[in-house]
Amino acid sequence: MLKIENLHASVDGKKILKGIDLTIKSGEVHAIMGPNGSGKSTLSNVIAGRDGYEVTEGSILFHGQDLLAMEPEERAWAGVFLAFQYPVEIPGVNNVYLLKAGLNARRKHLGLAELDAMEFMQLVREKARLVELDQAFLSRGVNEGFSGGEKKRNEIFQMAVLEPNLAILDETDSGLDIDALRVVANGVNALRSADRSIVMVTHYQRLLDYIEPDVVHVLAEGKVLKSGDKSLALELEKRGYDWVREEAANA
Amino acid sequence: MSENAQVEHLVDKKYEAGFVTDIESDTLPPGLNEDVIRHISAMKNEPEWLLDWRLEAFRHWQTMHEPRWAHVNYPPIDYQAISYYSAPKKKEDGPQSLDEVDPKLLETYKKLGIPLHEQEMLAGVAVDAVFDSVSVATTFKGKLKDAGVIFCPISEAVQEFPELVKQYLGTVVPTGDNFYAALNSAVFTDGSFVYIPKGVRCPMELSTYFRINASNTGQFERTLIIADESSYVSYLEGCTAPQRDENQLHAAVVELVAMDDAQIKYSTVQNWYPGDENGVGGIYNFVTKRGDCRGARSKISWTQVETGSAITWKYPSCVLRGDDSVGEFYSVALTKMHQQADTGTKMVHLGKNTRSTIVSKGISAGFGQQSYRGLVHIGKDATGARNHTQCDSLLIGSTCGAHTFPYVEVKNPTATMEHEATTSRIGEDQLFYCKSRGIAEEDAVNLIVNGFCKDVFNELPMEFAVEANRLMEVSLEGAVG
Repeated sequence: MLKIENLHASVDGKKILKGIDLTIKSGEVHAIMGPNGSGKSTLSNVIAGRDGYEVTEGSILFHGQDLLAMEPEERAWAGVFLAFQYPVEIPGVNNVYLLKAGLNARRKHLGLAELDAMEFMQLVREKARLVELDQAFLSRGVNEGFSGGEKKRNEIFQMAVLEPNLAILDETDSGLDIDALRVVANGVNALRSADRSIVMVTHYQRLLDYIEPDVVHVLAEGKVLKSGDKSLALELEKRGYDWVREEAANA
Repeated sequence: MSENAQVEHLVDKKYEAGFVTDIESDTLPPGLNEDVIRHISAMKNEPEWLLDWRLEAFRHWQTMHEPRWAHVNYPPIDYQAISYYSAPKKKEDGPQSLDEVDPKLLETYKKLGIPLHEQEMLAGVAVDAVFDSVSVATTFKGKLKDAGVIFCPISEAVQEFPELVKQYLGTVVPTGDNFYAALNSAVFTDGSFVYIPKGVRCPMELSTYFRINASNTGQFERTLIIADESSYVSYLEGCTAPQRDENQLHAAVVELVAMDDAQIKYSTVQNWYPGDENGVGGIYNFVTKRGDCRGARSKISWTQVETGSAITWKYPSCVLRGDDSVGEFYSVALTKMHQQADTGTKMVHLGKNTRSTIVSKGISAGFGQQSYRGLVHIGKDATGARNHTQCDSLLIGSTCGAHTFPYVEVKNPTATMEHEATTSRIGEDQLFYCKSRGIAEEDAVNLIVNGFCKDVFNELPMEFAVEANRLMEVSLEGAVG
């Protein structure tokens, strides 16, 4: 589904990603872990197509398409979704209205009939239950006055509605208390399916207790230094990151 | 072409049009003097008092100077190069059939349930008007008549209800109020007149859609609305009808009078020609609008969506004379390309416990320059007066500007004043967020701008809100990038 080869990227002329290789198959859940400043968020943003990230080398293929040649909205239409680390507030813009515009733009692109208001509201109510999002949030401004936890839940709710093929969760667990984490994790688990891949970018192993990954990668200094199964995450929790760096340096 | 020449060129257009039309019968050559005013008055068969009123305004105007304090730039206007009276355009100038009319406009007519014949009439299609016996206009007029509401062109009101006109005309905006108001008083050709009798709630929203007899009111409109005790009226001005009017200077005056417990809601969607992308052409929209809350507990609300015109100079205001009266001003103004707007409001608190609310949303894109200019005056007898002002500016791109000039004069220590102001740019973060959800850039900008304007759009009557949304979208096309 997603094939990243030798990806180099800079921000403001500073090299952040220095040759990432990553292959994700349909239905897999990958966790990307790593210390601060390792390039985790940069990778998420490069995949989603944010401005200001300059790809200097390498490629990202998504279902065989050149993702880097596409606008962010085209990536969304193709099925890429980014759950933001810091979801932005858009005052006055109705939460579900934004979602309806996004969903219908994608459906249109895929040659599907656009959902009318009734169909859409039915879908939205169903998905809101999945992340235990209060109906009142639906009609509020996008993230307007939401607490940190509510914003994160709203991201997963959007993911549920948009039904992407590739979802990148950028530190979705940060700032969540244990109850909120459970709710969000339940939502994500419910969305696991054979045709949907999920990439979780996180600092902490605790998220992986709730959402069990197929593969765990360690990202440091702009490279994937080590990959393994979920036991790697437990080992990282115990031993930190330094041993991975040393191992990589000695290799 | 130099800017000067551009303006002359545009003023000339009118001049040329004056010659094309039959001069003897319905168009005066350019120029302004007392004879011209006498001529206008005579053509309209006006009573002596009105001619005198016009002449007095003209004499005053001659002693006045164009205001220069507004934050706008334009070359001097040659007032002698303008023709001050032109009867409705010849039929050949208008669209020849509905096929030539903006389909969006027709859609609106359909929504309003207006029959085909009338759609043609309203759209200014050159047909001889044939009305269905149960046409909307007829039903409409019948309903209003039953309610005792007067709604007609002001020139007709001068003939039919001279006492009412005489009693109220110029009592809110005196002839010498300002340069443009004086000019308007001297030469106004038409406009609306509305009178709502005591205790009557006007059974429908009055809109220029329906004022078909005066569809071509020209550049110096004069509108007078009187809401007598305990009455209510909602008046919609402008609409988004395609303005074929090529006039350069548009200097209208609107006067509202609300007696005890009366309410007037006045909504405008202004979409005059803004000029082209190089700033050539467009309307100079120099308008004086003022409401007088003359009675106790009266209320006047102005809601405006200003997206057109090359230059807008406009301050719909409220004089809160009656105790416990309420004034409101909700505004969205958009300046793009080379548009300039200096707009805002004046809330003059004279009565006790008077309240006013100002919500102004300014959006600038391209090379647009926009200023909010507002005055809140609390008079010495206005015990317990309250004002809340909120001014927000949104910038799109880096070549536009937003300015805020709030003036506050408080002469009574019991007043409560609140002022909030923000200036923001459409954030890259917000745009990226929308795009990552599958919304293309232009749609995303529209979405964010509409969200920004929501507080004001909520104040608009339904049909207008839909129109306003659409208009913002159309207006913002190409504003990004």
